[in-house]
Amino acid sequence: MDLKKRVEQCLGPNNFVVAMIECQGDLSVEVPKRSVVDVMRLLRDTPDLGFNFLSDLLGVDNLDLNKPKKKPKKKTEEGEGAETEEELKEKGPLPPRYEIVYLLLCLERNERLQVKVRVEENDMEVDTLTPVWKAADWPEREVFDMFGIRFKGHPNLKRLLMWDDFPAYPLRKDYPLEGQGEERHLIYDD
Amino acid sequence: MNQNPTPQTSHDTGDYVTVNIGPSHPAMHGTLRVVALTDGESLIKVDPEIGYLHRGVEKLGESLTYHQFIPITDRLNYCSAIPNNVAYEMAVEKLMGVEVPEKAQLIRVIMMELARIADHQVCIGILGVDLGAFTPFFYLIIQREEIYEIFEWFNGARLTNTFGRIGGVDADLPDDFEQRWEELKPGVRKANDETEKLLTHNRIWMDRTIGISAFSAEDALNWGFTGPCLRACGVKRDLRIDEPYCMYDKFKFKVPVGKNGDVFDRYIVRMIEMEESLKIIDQAYKLYKEMPADAPLMARVPKVIKPPAGEVYSALESPNGELGFFVKSDGSAKPYRIRIRPPCYMIYQAFPELVEGELIADLVACLSSLNVIAGELDR
Repeated sequence: MDLKKRVEQCLGPNNFVVAMIECQGDLSVEVPKRSVVDVMRLLRDTPDLGFNFLSDLLGVDNLDLNKPKKKPKKKTEEGEGAETEEELKEKGPLPPRYEIVYLLLCLERNERLQVKVRVEENDMEVDTLTPVWKAADWPEREVFDMFGIRFKGHPNLKRLLMWDDFPAYPLRKDYPLEGQGEERHLIYDD
Repeated sequence: MNQNPTPQTSHDTGDYVTVNIGPSHPAMHGTLRVVALTDGESLIKVDPEIGYLHRGVEKLGESLTYHQFIPITDRLNYCSAIPNNVAYEMAVEKLMGVEVPEKAQLIRVIMMELARIADHQVCIGILGVDLGAFTPFFYLIIQREEIYEIFEWFNGARLTNTFGRIGGVDADLPDDFEQRWEELKPGVRKANDETEKLLTHNRIWMDRTIGISAFSAEDALNWGFTGPCLRACGVKRDLRIDEPYCMYDKFKFKVPVGKNGDVFDRYIVRMIEMEESLKIIDQAYKLYKEMPADAPLMARVPKVIKPPAGEVYSALESPNGELGFFVKSDGSAKPYRIRIRPPCYMIYQAFPELVEGELIADLVACLSSLNVIAGELDR
């Protein structure tokens, strides 16, 4: 049986499947945010899935994807911004801004699966995966560092690559490439 | 030396000393920093701090076109740039659904395996230096320089090769590759033999490496280990065999597997892998010679690469382990999001568990044997 059906069979009864997308042979399944740890345990412990290896974990900021497509003829004038906002309201609520992608691997069958969780801007907290896989430790810290998504229950949720009191989240799409002139002030005490 | 001194509970009165190792220290391989709480010589608590070589590669990728990002990938694992280039190219090719011509795949295999040999030579050479065995370093580094000569003569750079293009490779192997290769091979074998004679059965070497930072297979998988470090723990996992890419399924080679996952096993696994890489290059070159001279080197790809919207993950077996690229496209000429999964990132996060309870000198040995490259660790 192919992977898609098996995943559906495993997660379907608990209503864990929000969507399933296939792209160039990579299967990705979107699951509700609140049940992400349960889903991972199911995927790991179900015998005919056996995703026993967390390959990676990453964040994506969908800000630019959610923006309405620019119309080329319109010039950028003042007041145009308001118009687009109105257009947005007509379209209904935007899809959640952030998503976290978990890349799983089954060592026995060499199958890979992407598990996706969408994170709303007003609820930036996801349950940590460190009790299931220790490998989630640094990647979760990096997602916190780069996107500001907090992981509930993480043993050591500090910034990983940037310094501790860095004021912004650099991989967000609204953070400029050249930075905002942040400086690191080292404090030396005896 | 093998009995690891257990932390003295009688010292719980608070007589521990915090030692700051790095980020600028010759044994810390670039810019790694470890804050260690020590009781005399033994490590009580270890806290690695990374990010000193963070250049925002993933953010940079979002503002460059697909081809412009290839030179950036050179700067990840700068000891072996070619597997980085190919890993990224493979990810974009997968996103576009492009099939790379066989001849280009063979050239990629030859160059990637040369890079693997060079990477392992550096790793073992530096491991020796860190443990006080300086001579093997010179034997290996001379041969590594010979390999870099081939890279330089092939595409003009020693370290930052910018090898290949999306859809294939830009240039064929020059005519006298065979001669160069036949000259290189005995030299590499001789250097490996001499290193092995100097180290493997050396009493001091064995005392310093056997049983140091041993790791179980279960823990290694839980922490996301891949590559030689995972194989040293006894797990037979190699993407070249398990998820074949670039015609690796046509070559016959062995995958060495260790037992204890200690520094010694990592060293032995790397030594054997170098020999196997030599065999792979021989086989690949034989296949390459059978190809017609005018076989295509590039798939048909547009000049401006605009993959369809979607996201893929593609990985290959780099010298350090699974090197993966997650590429998300929104259909424009620039990638929407690039995530690099560097192998040593996953391995280095287990560093406290690997060295706690050992001696400070063993921390250096363990770090060298993991082959942590700051460039790909911090990105």
